[in-house]
Amino acid sequence: MSGVRVLVGTRKGAFVLSADGTRKDWDIQGPFFGGWEVYHLKGSPVDPNRIYASQGSGWFGQLMQRSNDGGRTWEAVDKTFAYAGETGTHEWYDGTPHPWEFKRVWHLEPSLTDPDVVYAGVEDAALFRTTDGGQSWHELPGLRTHGSGSHWAPGAGGLCVHTVILDPVNAGRMFVAISAAGAFRSDDGGQSWKAINRGLRSNHIPDPDAEVGHCVHHVAQHRARPDVLFMQKHWDVMRSDDAGEHWVEVSGNLPTDFGFPIDIHAHEPDTVYVVPIKSDSEHYPPDGKLRVYRSRTGGNEWEPLTRGLPQQNCYVNVLRDAMAVDTLDSCGIYFGTTGGQVYASADAGDTWSAIARDLPPVLSVEVQTLEG
Amino acid sequence: MVEIRVVLPQHLRTLARVGPEVMVDVREPATVSAVLDALEAAYPVLRGTIRDHGTLKRRPFLRFFACEEDLSLLPYETPLPPAVCAREEPFYVIGAIAGGER
Repeated sequence: MSGVRVLVGTRKGAFVLSADGTRKDWDIQGPFFGGWEVYHLKGSPVDPNRIYASQGSGWFGQLMQRSNDGGRTWEAVDKTFAYAGETGTHEWYDGTPHPWEFKRVWHLEPSLTDPDVVYAGVEDAALFRTTDGGQSWHELPGLRTHGSGSHWAPGAGGLCVHTVILDPVNAGRMFVAISAAGAFRSDDGGQSWKAINRGLRSNHIPDPDAEVGHCVHHVAQHRARPDVLFMQKHWDVMRSDDAGEHWVEVSGNLPTDFGFPIDIHAHEPDTVYVVPIKSDSEHYPPDGKLRVYRSRTGGNEWEPLTRGLPQQNCYVNVLRDAMAVDTLDSCGIYFGTTGGQVYASADAGDTWSAIARDLPPVLSVEVQTLEG
Repeated sequence: MVEIRVVLPQHLRTLARVGPEVMVDVREPATVSAVLDALEAAYPVLRGTIRDHGTLKRRPFLRFFACEEDLSLLPYETPLPPAVCAREEPFYVIGAIAGGER
């Protein structure tokens, strides 16, 4: 029988939640790496037992972990992220040049074809890759050395590559998103990059439609339609139909278009999910009601999904990498909150239940669909 | 070589899969730098956790104590106290108190 495994990264460790295909009864294992921040963990699409995790702390820096048995046991792997060549500077909060400094790994994206290949999006913004299962990491410097790189400035959360998408159809095509620089695309396996921010407007930068400087929070792509991208920006929900060449706003009737995560139904490329947050200065749901919004029309027309979610006195946030979908016939949607809840819906968002309620603040959620 | 007792903070004990105290063989003269070199050689997983991979600077929230003295701000080549070299006292790697998270 098929099942799902939910990989949850939190401020104080990682947790692995498992259930069969009914997704009713959940087993929770963890904390793994208790007391450490786990920004992200993700499994290989070709070997689900191979999982990579980014572990870190303000005291001891960055660690990397690998599991070969679906998260039951872990081994520390290489954690050296050295920028290639001269690093130069990027822009600091006050506009002055600031040296590029590695701080942490935000996002891990395992290869679609090789369990030993993983891409790591890091802060300060750069892309690294391992081709030996994490035994060594090497920068793909074309991103950091993009002509605009010296003008990138950190958002409140740091200058981070938080989104890495490997195109399942177009060989060599990848997308990344950087706060607060914007979205970028490579068509040559990460060697060179193009800023793809035309159509974005951001009032927090002097030129609202500049080529770079946009605080992109997350980007999602559906495997069946890889040229269509959906973006949750600092403000605005956006859509591109040409692999990022142009973007149009699809916020439509959302109560607020600020938010962090965005994801797409596994079988319906026009069904999109966001979690509206009140504002950039009030990181909690409007009116104290935790509502996922779903569009079945590829944006613009959104409906609130509330059944099973708290509809009063709820003031949690949902972070950018804390939403994921499974690929079972009835698509499951999952998200974690800064209040330590993990909510799941086994019916595409119609109804929800908490599958974990009292974890540390959730930083990331990924889902593996396991064949029985 | 001289044997030095090293006490690690809890998280690094877990990471290195050791108990509260480890013994490492340190080249002479035994200095702060030499004991860190020996510790990282014996437990490679600790590389980068006490001092930065590249710069080898002490991580800001860690301190080095021995014989009731703070060695953290002294040059890395400072000799360890005789009582540490005689194994009468350990060399402590201490995580800064940071319980202020609300």
